[in-house]
Amino acid sequence: MNYWVLTGIAVMIGGFMLRLNALVVVVLAALVTGLAAGLDPVAIVSAFGKAFNDTRYVSVVWIVLPVIGLMEARGLQERARALIAGMKGATLARLLTGYLLLRQVTSAMGLTSIAGHAQTVRPLLAPMAVAAAQPQDEAEAEQIKAMAAATDNVGLFFGEDIFIAIGSILLMKGFMEQNGIVLSPFELSVWAIPTAIAAFAIHGFRIWRMGSARK
Amino acid sequence: MIGLSEVYLLAGAVFAAFAALSAREAGNPKRWGNAAFWALLALSMLTGDRLGDFANGLLVLALVAIAGLGGLGRGAAQGSAAMREAEAARHGNRLFLLALVIPLVALIGTLGFKALPDLVDPKNVTLVSLALGVLIALAIGMAWLRAGPAEPLHEGRRLMDSVGWAAILPQMLASLGAVFALAGVGKVVGAVMTTVIPDGSRLAAVIAYGLGMALFTMVMGNAFAAFPVMAAAIGLPLLIGQYHGDPAVVAAIGMLAGFCGTLMTPMAANFNVVPAALLELKDRNAVVKAQIPTALPLLAVNIALIWFLAF
Repeated sequence: MNYWVLTGIAVMIGGFMLRLNALVVVVLAALVTGLAAGLDPVAIVSAFGKAFNDTRYVSVVWIVLPVIGLMEARGLQERARALIAGMKGATLARLLTGYLLLRQVTSAMGLTSIAGHAQTVRPLLAPMAVAAAQPQDEAEAEQIKAMAAATDNVGLFFGEDIFIAIGSILLMKGFMEQNGIVLSPFELSVWAIPTAIAAFAIHGFRIWRMGSARK
Repeated sequence: MIGLSEVYLLAGAVFAAFAALSAREAGNPKRWGNAAFWALLALSMLTGDRLGDFANGLLVLALVAIAGLGGLGRGAAQGSAAMREAEAARHGNRLFLLALVIPLVALIGTLGFKALPDLVDPKNVTLVSLALGVLIALAIGMAWLRAGPAEPLHEGRRLMDSVGWAAILPQMLASLGAVFALAGVGKVVGAVMTTVIPDGSRLAAVIAYGLGMALFTMVMGNAFAAFPVMAAAIGLPLLIGQYHGDPAVVAAIGMLAGFCGTLMTPMAANFNVVPAALLELKDRNAVVKAQIPTALPLLAVNIALIWFLAF
């Protein structure tokens, strides 16, 4: 067993702790790991280049920015704030809990990319949350925006696995099959339901406490 | 058939436009750094398949060199708050309808294109639908808001600047995962994990499985990378083999324990670091900090669920 390949993980942790540029840390970690595994530098650069080319779909999401930017220039964030400010019953807790539920339910139906940080959190949810909470200072506003982003993540992660054709379900099915255990996607996805309910309860409780702390 | 290559063509064109607009921005002292960075990304999107592995690797090193040497700056923002208020008042709630175009097209496309496998590559319906949603929203927005083609690209460039080099961090981490896999990092971590579990304790095995899934996800930034390692090291031989746990429960809830790890790590950059940049938060770890109090109790719940439901 070649334990030296773990040095790349140490480089990652050390680099983040020293707050070096994360891109530089990633390349260093790849280099160190590759050298420890006995690869030559050209092979490491090629392996990284191939993987970078194969994962370009990860960076495609940025094509939404011109649309978001145009809507923002024409006052979308201001309109989102005004809408919430004009609603009497719109509290931070109701807004975020409603979004959490919506995100979990739509993700459970496989509709994971209809919302997200670029599509919905920055232009809509974050300004609405700030308008509903009316924070005293900048630090409080930052906390509310961070909670809005967190709510999107929690809703996505603990909804999507209920859908039978999502990547993680297919990965589990494929892995178990290779090891001689045949499972249907449905058998796997039903066991995501208890955790989904727990995630809604725990995160919903935190949202409610955040909302009631500022009354 | 419309598939990934057409989507990459569109993405390449968008990044090329960001590069050209950055180069013309006299107000940004680092405009050439910005222009070079987005031009390289456009090159990758447009010609990546023809460059070859080593040239792609050199392209990545050039991107990292620009970012690492502090070559990226932020261009000027256009428009004032007062102007945006006036625009908001003029357009009213119809702005929300425009905001719903991308999600709506993504929804209809994801469901509808599955029935048209000859037209759209069934493996990539979501990305194709997203790209189509962007084009339709742009067309409607430009017609209704009377915007020229330059305005959305300028505004997009402004948002892209606020994200900066973090834009390619998710792709970089995914690539690092491939190098880790090549070097066999997962196998070694699995071997280390199995040596720390005391023999004969079912509870210790369940806890090690759940915690290991979360911890290894935090290191890799991705539960997909952690799952095969932990399932092969603990899930299959101990929980399913030795203690006869239900394989569906062990697999499904084990993966969700990994998702709790995703909430707690800057390595999951697209979920945790990119939104902090997009929302222009001062603390790049603010989203992780907001998620830890949800992730820890939920991880405990997942471990308990495996204990009660699998056996």
